[in-house]
Parts: sequence; C-alpha cells; structure tokens
Amino acid sequence: MTSPSRLPFYIAVFLLITAGISLAVWRHIELGIPWLTGEQRPVWMVEARVDFDGSNEPVVASLNVPEQPPGFRILTEQAASPGYGFSIIDKAGSRRAEWTKREVVGPQTLYFKAQFIPDPNAEPAPPAQPPKTKRLFWEEPQATAVREILAQAEARSSTPESMTRELIQLMQPDTRVQNTTLLVSEANYLQLLVNMLNHSGIPARTADGLKLEDARRRQQLTPFLQIYNGERWLTLNPKTAAQGVPEDLILWRQGSESLLDVVGGDNSEISFSMLRQTVPALQLAAMQFDGDGLSFLSFYELPIEEQSMFRMLLLLPLGALVVAFMRIVIGIRTSGTFMPVLIAVAFVQTTLVPGLVAFLSVVAIGLAMRGYLSSLNLLLVSRISALIILVIFITAGLSIFGYQMGFNTGMTVTFFPMVIIAWTIERMSILWEEEGGQEVLVQGSGSLFVAICAYLLMSAPLAGHLTFNFPELHFAILGLILLMGQYTGYKLSELRRFTPMKVYD
Amino acid sequence: MDWISPRALNRLGMLNMNRRNVDYIARYNERSSYPLVDNKLKTKLAVAEYGVKTPQLLQVVKQQHEISRFRDMAEGLAGFAIKPAKGSGGKGITVITGRDGDDYVKASGARVGASVLERHLTNILAGLYSLAGTPDVAIVESLVESAPSLARYSHQGVPDIRIVVFQGYPVMAMLRLATTDSDGKANLHQGAVGVGLDIGTGRSLNAVQFNRPITLHPDTGLALENINIDDWEEMLEMASRCYEATGLGYMGVDLVVDSNEGPLLLELNARPGLAIQMANGRGLLPRLRAVESLKRPHFTPGERANYAMKTFASL
Ligand SMILES: Nc1ncnc2c1ncn2[C@@H]1O[C@H](COP(=O)(O)OP(=O)(O)O)[C@@H](O)[C@H]1O
Ligand SMILES: [Mg+2]
Repeated sequence: MTSPSRLPFYIAVFLLITAGISLAVWRHIELGIPWLTGEQRPVWMVEARVDFDGSNEPVVASLNVPEQPPGFRILTEQAASPGYGFSIIDKAGSRRAEWTKREVVGPQTLYFKAQFIPDPNAEPAPPAQPPKTKRLFWEEPQATAVREILAQAEARSSTPESMTRELIQLMQPDTRVQNTTLLVSEANYLQLLVNMLNHSGIPARTADGLKLEDARRRQQLTPFLQIYNGERWLTLNPKTAAQGVPEDLILWRQGSESLLDVVGGDNSEISFSMLRQTVPALQLAAMQFDGDGLSFLSFYELPIEEQSMFRMLLLLPLGALVVAFMRIVIGIRTSGTFMPVLIAVAFVQTTLVPGLVAFLSVVAIGLAMRGYLSSLNLLLVSRISALIILVIFITAGLSIFGYQMGFNTGMTVTFFPMVIIAWTIERMSILWEEEGGQEVLVQGSGSLFVAICAYLLMSAPLAGHLTFNFPELHFAILGLILLMGQYTGYKLSELRRFTPMKVYD
Repeated sequence: MDWISPRALNRLGMLNMNRRNVDYIARYNERSSYPLVDNKLKTKLAVAEYGVKTPQLLQVVKQQHEISRFRDMAEGLAGFAIKPAKGSGGKGITVITGRDGDDYVKASGARVGASVLERHLTNILAGLYSLAGTPDVAIVESLVESAPSLARYSHQGVPDIRIVVFQGYPVMAMLRLATTDSDGKANLHQGAVGVGLDIGTGRSLNAVQFNRPITLHPDTGLALENINIDDWEEMLEMASRCYEATGLGYMGVDLVVDSNEGPLLLELNARPGLAIQMANGRGLLPRLRAVESLKRPHFTPGERANYAMKTFASL
C-alpha cells in the first residue's frame, strides 16, 4: 500500500534520527558530555609551594608553570599568597607565575594550585620552527672523549631517537669506558647529555616531571631529557632511555627556562603536594568548553533563570512522544489531546502523589460546582469564564486549607494550569451528561494514566539530563513522532475491540 | 482477557483506525470538503442539487434573538428535530415526537417545556456541541417518521442506514437501531444496535451492540436475522450520488426511510466509524482495494451501485 511518494518522507525521517543521534555521539566524544548523570572523572589537584626568606628588599618570585603538559589538560589555576601581587606571564615558549611585593621580611610561603584532567590526546603544540642546536667548545682531553663517544653512538644508530638511546647506554656506569669516566660525574650527567646531543646536531633540553600519587606531600620534581626529532619534542628517561611520558607523570617544566627564580629572597625552595579528586563529568565538560566553538548547542551559556525554563520546555517533547505513542500505538482514549502532557508538567513540579491529590480534588470540587452552573443556563463563554474563576477559588481555598493543616502540599495546586483544568472540568461534565459516568471514568483515567506515564518519563533524572545536555536528541524524538504519524498497524486496544471477529476467521 | 491476533485481523481484511486515517481519510478526503459534511446545513443544500432528499428544513436559528421566532413556529408543530449544524455523534440532538398540552414529548417519552428547548437552542448557538467549541447555528427540521417495517425493530427512535461510500462506490452497509441505552439515537457508541446488511440484497447479516454480537434486539426482543430493506438499489444509488455532491472519497452516508417521503439523507460523515465491519462480520479492506484497483471506474451513480451489488457481497 505504500505509494512511492512516501520514500522521501522515510529518508527525511531517517536523516533526522541519525542526525540527532550522531550529533549527540559526536558531542559526547568531543566535549566529554557524559551519557549518564552521575558520571565522575578523576582530576589531579597539584599544589606547588615556594618557600624563601625575605631580606627586606622588593621581591620578585617567578615560578615556571605548566603550559600544556603531554597527557593532561589544565582545568583551573589559582595562586594563594596574601599581600603579593600576582600574575601569570606568557612568554615565548614558557609560562611563569610571578609574585611581587615591595617589603618582605622573614620566612615566606607562596602557593600555586592547578587542577589537571588526564587526557591521553592532550599534546603540546609542536614548535613553529625547528629549535637550533648549540655547539659547545670543549677543552682537551674532553673534546676527544666527546668526539669518540659520539662517533661510537652514531655508528650504532640511524635516527635522533636511537642515537640518544645509544648515547645514554654508553654513559651508564656498567658500560662506561675510559672516555666516559673522564667526562661524567653524578652532578653534571644530564647537562652533559644535553650538551653532547646538541653538539652532535640533535636539539636537546631538560624537563622536570612530577610523579602523581594520591595524597603525597613535599614531593620533588624528577628531571627528564627531551630531544627534538624533527617534528616534535620527545621525552626520555635520562637513565633508562625509556621513551615517552608515563601516565602518572606530569611535566611541570619543559624547555630551557629555570624552574624557580627568586629575586630579593634567600634559601628559596619548592615542593609539591597533590590530591586525586573526582568531579562530575558534566561539570568538567561545561568548564572545559566554556565558550568553545563546539558548545554552540549548550544551554549553559544562558542565564540561570532561562536555563531552568528550558529544562522544563525541553522535557515537553518527551511528553508529546508518550501521548503520541499511547494514542496511536496503544489506543488509550484521553480527554483533550495534550491535556495529559500539561498535567504531567505540573506533576513534575509538584511530585506525583501531592500533585495527584491536588488535581483530583480540584477537578472533583469543580465538577460538583459545574453541576450547579449547568442549571443556570449560561452561554458557553461565560460558563467557562465562571469556571476558571471558580477553579482559582478552589485552588486558593485548598492552598490555605492545606497550609493551615500543616502540609505544604496544598500549595502545589498552584502549579496546575487553571485554564486547562477549567476546560477539563467542562469537558468531563458534558461527557457525564451525555455519555454517562462510565465514559468519564474511561477518559478520565486514560488521561491520568497517560499523564502519569509522561510524568514518570519526564521526571527521570536521565531524561532531564539527556534532553538538556543533548538537545539535538529532539531531532530523533521528532523523527519518531513523525514515524508514528505514519503507523497504519492495529492499535493494542483494537486487538481487544475486534475480538468478536474471531468467529468469522 | 480475550484478544485477537493482528494476523487474524489481516486475514479478515479489517480496516483499523490508523490505516483509515492515513491511507483513506487523509488520502481521499480533501480538507476543503470537510465543512460541507461537518455542517449539516451545508450538507442539506449541497446534496439537494444532486437530487438527494433530506428531511424538510423548518427553521435555522442563527442568533439568540431568533429563538423567540422558534417558539411561534414550534407552537403549531407536532413533531420536529433540533440539531446543532456542526454537531456529531448524536450530541445536542433533541427529537420531539409529539405534544402534551403546552409540553413537548421527546422520543424517550419525557416531557419538556418550551423553556428547556430554548435553553437548548442557546447552548447550541454558544457552540457547546460543535466540534471545536466554535459558535454554531441550530437547525429545526421535520420529524422523520420511520416506515413501520423498520420502525418496529427500533426502540423510541428512527433506525438509520449507514453506507460507507468509497470513491462513489457503496462498499458496506449496516442498519442502526436505537435502544434505551442510546436514548432514541442511532449512534453505535451510545449503545445503538448495528445490523450488518448484505450489500447485494439489503438483507441482514449479523448484529452487534457495544461491539458484542447479539441476535435479539435488547428492548423489543425481536429477532434481527430476517430484516430486509426495501428499495435497496435505490438507496445505494442515492448514497453513491453523494460522492458527486461532496467530492469526498471516503465517507459514511446516513439514510433513513420515511413512511411518506421514502429514503432521505440524514447526514454525511467524513470519518465513518469502524464498527460497521463487526456488524457485517467482514473487513472493509478487500472491498476498498477492489475499488482502488479498478482500471476503468464507472461514471454514473447507478452503474456504481450496480457494480457494488454484484461484486462486493462475495468479498
Ligand atoms: N429529523 C429527524 N427526525 C427524527 N429523528 C432524527 C432526525 N434527525 C436526527 N434524528 C435522530 O438523531 C440521530 C442522530 O442524528 P444525525 O443527523 O445522524 O446527527 P449526528 O451527526 O449527531 O449523528 C439519528 O440517528 C436519528 O435517530
Ligand atoms: Mg449520525
């Protein structure tokens, strides 16, 4: 029976649904907006503590802070140091936190806190132009030793990476030959390595890393070696030559800048403490992508008041979906097509039981009063208007009565849309007069049933979360509703209604 | 709980609500033709041009102040019916069958004063019974006095004959008999009895009330098996002619047989119900599909009625 003209319709519906879902999936992956409400993500809180003694002079303390450590994203940064001027200075290739104060006496403590989110995809941007190497002038006999070691390492390697590995190997105590012993001492090992690599034409530098362990205090940084392989900086362990940054290691400092400079103070020291925290994934996503181009579909940009209004509005399509399903597929009769949705919305605000009690009492009292109105022989418009006013009286009466009896549920009546209730009462009472109490019961309970179903769906935390954070899912809902509009199969209720046809089968 | 499987329903060719709406009403009924059938006054005028008779129009009450004229006119009448022009499902219809002094006697036997009727007219004008609650007009038309052969089956009301007409072909028919439950109106969902009619002969098939099969009329106790409608072909042709008058591809035509005037059109319906299938014990789909697959449709109502009588009885 499907005529060909319906094909474009189905394609459009299909596109609508896939667009909605894939947009949601994409935003989930890109923005990290979680599917579930309660999802938590780990965050590392790292605190750098700088101690020094003031010597009655103006102080400038400048601490290197991470810019883009591999494997982490910086969520927040904050400095705590009363009485100091503070700013973060971005200078070519390095970021420094700078504290300043004019008169400083005695021991001083400065704090810098930052939160890091583990993110395997986070990578520092590669340098705009390849870094230059510096050739050092070596004195004899070191010059010969360096030349020979480098020649040896070079002979065994093919790339900057393998060259570095070989060199590190040659400099280890157990493999050291005479040449090496001549050069190496514990204190200068890393700097020597950097110098030798630079000498051989491979850009190299040092970096400092912090090992992340929950609830550790007074930790120090460990040094690492970085070489440039022509594309980007690689990090190596200077002792084992293991390449890459371990997952639990955050590179606090990269590049040639010093870690800490204190001008006007003595005995400066730095130590780190850290804490593993969890934050709701949703909050994380919202913070991380504040103002990001991808967040165009986000309602978090709106003022709070509008947000809560949209929270409600975005639930309505779910209610409409329930009504469409109940009427088209199940075949439940309701009084007024979307009256159940509006009642369900009111239930969301009042919660179910108080809402139900309030709604039923208003309608019941209203029906009794409507009985009197109908004997007055009024015109329809004035009868409805009178009914609206009566409904408001009933509502007010119930609220005051409920309040004086000591429960707040009385107040919840005010959430119900007065005009809708008035119409409901009007329809019910006409139905009563014309079709009898049974039809009122059927349609009334049908409406309430659909309203409760819609309420249960709309009040589920997951529903609120998904509709608000993935508004594009409404495309899929729209698609489903359109599809249902084309459903030509039997309703569930018809399978019962047509039962007597069994005898003719 | 008793259920019938969707497969069995498919085998029987039962038309369901969703398919009726999507595949027939939405596809074959022009929106613009709806006012013609949703408004009984317009229907009366439209079908008159095509030679389809309706109960005589006595008065149209359009405004509140015209109600006083109604009182004058009704004084001299024995029987009449008041209807909202845009009503449906029997709502707002008051049938007066006689007089008792100054009072009017309703079909149910209840007596009402003129003031009750005037209040009723006011309600109709305010739109209480119209589909969308919009202001309406009231029609006063002559009382249909059913031919005795049929009237004896019906309790307190006029029996009417519902014929589903698809693209001008009468495809299925049933007789509707009023009961106490239906308050003298022949509307099935209010409790009237539906008796399926053989489209080929006009003889009764099965009967249902409230969707359940019955064999005897619940009030009169008469057996419903051997009812035979006179002038069957003429009635089918009349129903078929309404297609030309309205252009509606899928509709229900309600006819009554008046003892003096013969068959009259009571009303047209752009959304005819599905219960007719249960009264017939047949599904509509095979017949609808037969019409849809006709290569050369017949052009005159007579030809179509004839074709329907020959072909559909066996489907
Ligand atoms: N002129 C009339 N004379 C007698 N009974 C009538 C008349 N008009 C309507 N009725 C009764 O009222 C019922 C409903 O009328 P109808 O015109 O079909 O309106 P509706 O659209 O509400 O079904 C009919 O089945 C019939 O029993
Ligand atoms: Mg009717």
